[in-house]
Amino acid sequence: MIEMQDAAYGYGAEPLLSGLSLNLAPGSFHFLTGPSGTGKTTFLKLCYAELLPTGGTITLFGQQANSLSRDNIADLRQRIGVVHQDCQFLDHLPLTQNIALPLTATGKGGMVDAGSLNELIGWVGLTARADAVPPELSGGERQRAALARAIIMDPDLILADEPTGNVDWDMSLRLLNLLVELNKLGKTVVIATHDLALIRAAKQRVQARVLRIQNGQIMSAGADL
Amino acid sequence: MSIRGRLLTLVRGDPQADRVVPRSGQSARLTLATSAAMAFLAVFAMALAMASGRLADRWSSALAQSSTIRLSAPLAEMEAQTSAILTVLEQTPGIESARALSDEDQQALLAPWFGPDLPLDDLPIPRLIEIFETPEGYDADGLRQRLAAEAPGAVLDDHDRWRRPLAEAAGRLRLLGWLALVLILGATGAMVTLAAQAALSANERVIRVLRLVGARDRYIARAFMRRFTVRALTGAAVGTLAGLVAVTLLPSARDTASVLTGLSFSGLGWLWPLIIPPLAGVTAYIATRIAAFRTLRGLQ
Repeated sequence: MIEMQDAAYGYGAEPLLSGLSLNLAPGSFHFLTGPSGTGKTTFLKLCYAELLPTGGTITLFGQQANSLSRDNIADLRQRIGVVHQDCQFLDHLPLTQNIALPLTATGKGGMVDAGSLNELIGWVGLTARADAVPPELSGGERQRAALARAIIMDPDLILADEPTGNVDWDMSLRLLNLLVELNKLGKTVVIATHDLALIRAAKQRVQARVLRIQNGQIMSAGADL
Repeated sequence: MSIRGRLLTLVRGDPQADRVVPRSGQSARLTLATSAAMAFLAVFAMALAMASGRLADRWSSALAQSSTIRLSAPLAEMEAQTSAILTVLEQTPGIESARALSDEDQQALLAPWFGPDLPLDDLPIPRLIEIFETPEGYDADGLRQRLAAEAPGAVLDDHDRWRRPLAEAAGRLRLLGWLALVLILGATGAMVTLAAQAALSANERVIRVLRLVGARDRYIARAFMRRFTVRALTGAAVGTLAGLVAVTLLPSARDTASVLTGLSFSGLGWLWPLIIPPLAGVTAYIATRIAAFRTLRGLQ
């Protein structure tokens, strides 16, 4: 699904990440951890071609990231659901339309089935908030809405950047359970987090591989996780 | 997608896609108001171009079909040379008829300047011979050569030296009118480009979200293109209507046949301003498309 070979990325002359070599297999569950500022978000952005590697190669769904056109990237993102740390909604649209945005924006707006959409909104527990606009939602509600939007296109890969960063422990577990459910449906899940308690909780529910970013390198985490 | 399909999509619009970009009041009002003002000016530029065109045609045709021969000769030779000139004119192809003006005719011509009691017999007034041409016209240079041989005191005035500068001036005025129209369209395009760029920059976050969820740049650009095209079209329609009303309120052309009093349309010419709104729409469409793709390329 995603293959990296000696990939590197730097915002300036000095690389932030280097020597990235790994393979994200279909149906796998990964945690990406490490202190703030080590490059977790950058790693995820490399996975959905928001950033392109400055060294090595990254292959996304069989295509070299560096050779992708803008249209190729747009098509690729229809196979990847992204839950951003700050959610990134269109504040003037109600929640329902924000969740259906991937369908609308890819010309599949006519395929929006009200029943399925309501079912999805119910699955993330936001039925009562369907008509609210994003600024009216709490942090947890926004994260769940972002998750619903990320999966509405039935993507193969879900990338979540600190999805529990702004929510309490109960909400964190609720979001984790939703992601575990998706993984059981065959989706590949990558969660970037520095919340070790969440990783431990997840390991009781799913077979997850934990990757740690340290000194710009990515490596498997120790047995303590 | 075919051009027809694109046009239909543009006109019909996509309500869901239209909602994706928030309505920006300032750029909307700016586009509407400027398009209306530009269309209003465009109506006047078009009216000027068409009125000066009509005037050029009128001046040309009124003077083109007639000429004058002025004969200055000693009184004793006047009749003989007049007769010789009329004979030459009868034999010249392209001349329908010719007649020597009588003393009464000449007196009538001079009366506005010298009064009705002018003693023509006592004054060395040249004899005037009026020539009416066939539509094909005659060879003026050839006629001049024959006149020089038969009546040395005759001077042919084919009105060219009067007609040419007038027709040229009117023609240039017409050209200026059309040039003004092109400049107005160019200014409309530039204004829409600026407004579209401002709207795109203001909506950078919206563009990022749309890209994040898999929208192609074509989809994002279309959302802006349709909005600005419709605004320019609406503004131009209002401006054109106002311009037409203003033109009808101008003084009508009377006998003076001047540009100022004839600044209007005639007959089917009234339909010409109707192309201004579609032209504004097409200009806005192209301007927004260029601005949108340029801005989107810059937002990597």
